[in-house]
Amino acid sequence: MSTDYRPMWKELGLDLEAHDALLGVLGPLYEQTFTRQPQRPEGMKYFDFVMSEVHGLRIKELVDARSSGRKVVGSFCTFVPEELVLALDGILVGLCAGAEFATPEAEKYLPRNTCALIKGAFGFALARVCPYLAASDVVVGENTCDGKKKGYEIFKDLVPNLYVMDLPQTKSAEGRALMRAEFKRFGTYLEGLTGKKLTADALKKGIAAVNAKRSVMHRLGKLRAADPSPISGLDGLLMNQIYFYDDPARFTGSVAKLCDELELRIKRNEGVAPKGTPRILISGCPMAVPNWKLPAIVEKAGAIIVGEESCVGARGTQALTADTGKTVDELLDAVVDRYLKIDCAIFTPNASRVEHVLAMAKELGAQGVIHYGLQFCSPYQIEAGPVEKRLEKEGVPALRIDTDYGQEDIGQIQTRVEAFVERLRG
Amino acid sequence: MRSAGIDIGSRAIKFVLCEDGRVVGSTVEDTGSDPLTVCRRVLDGLAYNRITSTGYGRHLFKEHWPEADVISEIKAVAKGVTALVPGCRTIIDIGGQDSKAISLDASGKVQKFTMNDRCAAGTGQFLEMMATALAYTREEFVAAARRASRAQKLSSMCSVFAQSEVVSLIARGAAKEEMALGVHESIASRTAALAGGVPVEAPVAFTGGCARNECLVSLISAAMKHPLRVPESPQTVAALGCALHTAAEGR
Repeated sequence: MSTDYRPMWKELGLDLEAHDALLGVLGPLYEQTFTRQPQRPEGMKYFDFVMSEVHGLRIKELVDARSSGRKVVGSFCTFVPEELVLALDGILVGLCAGAEFATPEAEKYLPRNTCALIKGAFGFALARVCPYLAASDVVVGENTCDGKKKGYEIFKDLVPNLYVMDLPQTKSAEGRALMRAEFKRFGTYLEGLTGKKLTADALKKGIAAVNAKRSVMHRLGKLRAADPSPISGLDGLLMNQIYFYDDPARFTGSVAKLCDELELRIKRNEGVAPKGTPRILISGCPMAVPNWKLPAIVEKAGAIIVGEESCVGARGTQALTADTGKTVDELLDAVVDRYLKIDCAIFTPNASRVEHVLAMAKELGAQGVIHYGLQFCSPYQIEAGPVEKRLEKEGVPALRIDTDYGQEDIGQIQTRVEAFVERLRG
Repeated sequence: MRSAGIDIGSRAIKFVLCEDGRVVGSTVEDTGSDPLTVCRRVLDGLAYNRITSTGYGRHLFKEHWPEADVISEIKAVAKGVTALVPGCRTIIDIGGQDSKAISLDASGKVQKFTMNDRCAAGTGQFLEMMATALAYTREEFVAAARRASRAQKLSSMCSVFAQSEVVSLIARGAAKEEMALGVHESIASRTAALAGGVPVEAPVAFTGGCARNECLVSLISAAMKHPLRVPESPQTVAALGCALHTAAEGR
């Protein structure tokens, strides 16, 4: 970073020394994981730039937006309806939770056997190294898994302003009614926060912006079906991660530009790995920045990842919100319908998820699926068993990897992944 | 053609040399803290056309012997077993820090596999730690377990917790033999549970360093309700698989 952002970080209340330490790890890790990949598309330069400025320029944009009166909403989950935030001229950003940081501090508040994502969120907050958290006017906690639900009870004392949104556990009529009521309450809350009125026109604009962002991700997802694959799985994941940080319109434009380039590559039969490289779909828990551990191992083992059935991936971007409603209530119904389609493992039953995995494997020409579970994430770890059985039954080889953000099990994961790739090669 | 295979494990380095698919030499050495030096010593003065490496040190080996082929332990064990136990459909492999259950199809290809999670419970290292806690040598430990008429059940499978459990059981005057049997039984039940993650079909082979432990062989066989075929040299099966892989690749 050429600009000196230290005064801004200081202003935001970050711990400069700890934050320097974090950036000192992040920079080289990114460099090592991403920039040395062979045959990278030109269009990835934009995303390299975004990542190089992820704690700099983007934060400055948020700070500037706030001084012009806009509100920043921070979130840890794909269930927070961005349409409503944008409708009220707010900005939705994902908060830091993708790495181990200040774990001993976090463990003063949480049991050791808490999933890495929740522990990471606490660690970043306690160590004051997440500029997104610092730049947020409100943090939205969502009652999804038990860990987060109970975690937010403690987290509320660690941040200035936590808003908790309840969510259903079933997709029943009652469940839908709960989500509808909670989204409505959230809309009212945002009206209070922003001093603006939620109108049908504004909501339509919000829907259009988020739909555009999702559509371009759908387009990218389809292009990854080509063999040879025009883009690496690491870069595919990276875009799904940046989805949560970048300005929606600029992001949409940049992904579209990259897609144009990928289309040309496909026409020319060019890819990042030779045709016939074993193709793998990842399914399971979200991978937040800078959690690139498993994809890096998979692609180093000579396979290519062609999709992510994940909150940071196709599960998070699946389905568009219908924009045909005329009133706020009708549009809000459409928003609820869309979010209720998310195949998150907090739902019981969650039968549509495995169908989505199977459909993705087929469409993307994946020969195998790696189920990624974060240690102590009961919803996904328990669901992994039935998902694996069903995949194998349908003739799709599956491998379960349960891990966390630590580096000490990389050797063991490598062995499993390499053996799985050998199995796919036959 | 002389083809070689080397398995750099966490506790031992195993080497097998084949001539036209027939074993003409094999070595087992402790890995120690400097596996590369052990590899150099093992390979010193030997002539072979090609070599394949496996085990946790497989990539390290390739860094220093760039001509080597690298395959996973799972594939290596499968290849080795197929040669030793024709028609084998299931493999239990327990080494120093890993335990695996591998299911093979009729042609000997890996169909499905599972491995222990990152902790050492249920592996050779766990056995060694427990033997040390009970002040037995490896041989004494196995003999004691076989002498015991009943087992002192261990409630913990975590090697660290199990060690302190053993210490407190000693303090309470529990019979050492019964604890030795208890440790073996806990590994057997854990192995059977691991094998539940793959389709188990006969014949079932048991390989890896721990397959030399007769007590473990009979207990795992009972827990899995399957007779176990233990190759003559169970510890070198993966190295043999590597040598055969080298030969099959024709290089």
